[in-house]
Amino acid sequence: MSNKVIHVLYNDDDILMDAVKQTRAAHHHIEEVYTPFPVHGLDKAMGLAPTRLAIASFLYGLVGLSVATTMMRYMMIIDWPQDIGGKPSFSYIENMPAFVPVMFEMTVFFAAHLMVITFYMRSKLWPFKEAENPDVRTTDDHFLMEVAAHGDVDQMVSFFESTGAVEVKVIEKQ
Amino acid sequence: MYTFSSRLKTFSFVLIALGILGIGYSFLTAPKTVEDVEKILAAENAHGGHGADHEAGAAHGEDAHGHAAEGHHEATASHTSHGNDTHAEAGHQPDVHAAHDEHQEHLEHVLHQLKTKPWSAVYVAALFFMLLSLGALAFYAIQNAAQAGWSPVLFRVMEGISSYLIPGAIIVFILLVLGVMDMHHIFIWMDEDVVAKDHLIQAKTGYLNGPFFLIRAAIFMGGWIWYRQYSRKNSLLQDDANDNIYYKKNFKASASFLVFFIISESIMSWDWIMSVDPHWYSTLFGWYVFASFFVSGITAIALITVYLKAKGYLEYVNTSHIHDLAKFMFGISVFWTYLWFSQFMLMWYADIPEEVVYFKTRIEDYNLPFFGMLVMNFVFPVLILINTDFKRLSWIIVMAGIVILCGHYIDFFNMIMPATVGDRWFIGVGEIGAVLLFLGLFIFVVFTTLTKAPLLAKRNPLIEESKHFHY
Repeated sequence: MSNKVIHVLYNDDDILMDAVKQTRAAHHHIEEVYTPFPVHGLDKAMGLAPTRLAIASFLYGLVGLSVATTMMRYMMIIDWPQDIGGKPSFSYIENMPAFVPVMFEMTVFFAAHLMVITFYMRSKLWPFKEAENPDVRTTDDHFLMEVAAHGDVDQMVSFFESTGAVEVKVIEKQ
Repeated sequence: MYTFSSRLKTFSFVLIALGILGIGYSFLTAPKTVEDVEKILAAENAHGGHGADHEAGAAHGEDAHGHAAEGHHEATASHTSHGNDTHAEAGHQPDVHAAHDEHQEHLEHVLHQLKTKPWSAVYVAALFFMLLSLGALAFYAIQNAAQAGWSPVLFRVMEGISSYLIPGAIIVFILLVLGVMDMHHIFIWMDEDVVAKDHLIQAKTGYLNGPFFLIRAAIFMGGWIWYRQYSRKNSLLQDDANDNIYYKKNFKASASFLVFFIISESIMSWDWIMSVDPHWYSTLFGWYVFASFFVSGITAIALITVYLKAKGYLEYVNTSHIHDLAKFMFGISVFWTYLWFSQFMLMWYADIPEEVVYFKTRIEDYNLPFFGMLVMNFVFPVLILINTDFKRLSWIIVMAGIVILCGHYIDFFNMIMPATVGDRWFIGVGEIGAVLLFLGLFIFVVFTTLTKAPLLAKRNPLIEESKHFHY
């Protein structure tokens, strides 16, 4: 089975959006779209599932809150409940206002950083990662839609040329 | 055009009637003399004593303990609160009371609290609904000055809500005048006998004196009402104009109003709320009060928008507009909590007696409302409104909105009541009656104004963007 894909290049995001809708209507499978900037509504047009990053972040925040609470309860109440300036260290709740700034910051810290790391892992981004850019112009001013080739490739090429493409290439993927 | 549904109109009249009945009942049943108070206290003590007798009984054990503790608390409450509550001194006439014992002083103290209770109930509710409408007006001014593209379809709703400012401010002003005329004792610094014996208040009489107090109130209320009427007029004229001159006038008026508003709001919070505790002061109090009624105003906008949308009157309002309002409800709730906590924590941490007494009385005597409002105003909205999908559901907005509004009523209750009625507080007929009265009046005034003009501002330069707003 050949690994042929079609690279369709556009030079306008509105044309790209229309082309994506037409392609979906014609039941061609869009492998990937490369754009130089976020195109509003592209994910909806492509039919991508919504992200669950926010849910992950909320859970990470709860982890941060638990870490802060457990840490301070152990240190300040259980392990060495000293009288520091008359603060009531008999139970956690009695001295809680003093702990709230730490609880808040730890919640934000965990939620933010773990979410960012999750994003890097899920989108496979790290230093020294080899760039996957199929055409250098897509980081500047061109939009590239990669479609899996199947059946009559010539007919597909003419279909994409009719969607306002500036360039249509058939590529053999390694 | 909106037509005021007759059922809603009847409902608002019923609320007003019930409210007047409740307020009247609470005024009539308030004790008038020291003897009445003695009877009330005797009844309470007898109840406590009765419980104590049966303390051994297993079935009544817990109940009895509770009553006994309550009775004991009553007996000691006056001693603990004398130091910080100027009401104790209110009934203290130098010549008459020279020979009176502690018990008599306690009775006077309780009498004062109980006599002020129905007045405070009316004052809290009147202030809450007036400030709620002012919060909506401030939001309206911000939307105008910021040239927000999403909100112009909601301008007529905001103008409707801010129309309550006129009757609401007049009622609050009358209550302030009655205070200066010595008809009630919500503001203890208005009592000359108290000021004569209190050198802390004496030092503040340059600011806290009747005429200056009323002049300030008149200027602030006049300024707010003037902006409200002026912007409403321009907004209606813009509908039929050929150019954008009225829009530009509104823009300039809104920007100026916001400057005036933030100054007057801050001073207003010292005058009408902080001065019920004339011995206490807090720097960020103005912001705190602002956050409380600002979020209430936004919530009222959201609730009335949802109502009108459900009745089919707001053609161009979509879930994105509701979503934006819900985001504001969420964000300002968090902002309120930030200010609440900053004020509380700074005083709790430093523990300076003269300022921490404010929170001490609230935590001891108002434990449930003080911390309960934190759940209603912070925990509940944060957990429910954090979800994007939830922010688009009408029933979630209505539920969260009702909890937020009740929570901020309790917030105002917590600001006023501890200084005026102390541990004698109760959310009973008088308090609920006052809320019903002003709620009924609010509904009547707001929805009457909504019938006066089309619900869509026609020629606002941003209206097309707002109609197609999509988030």
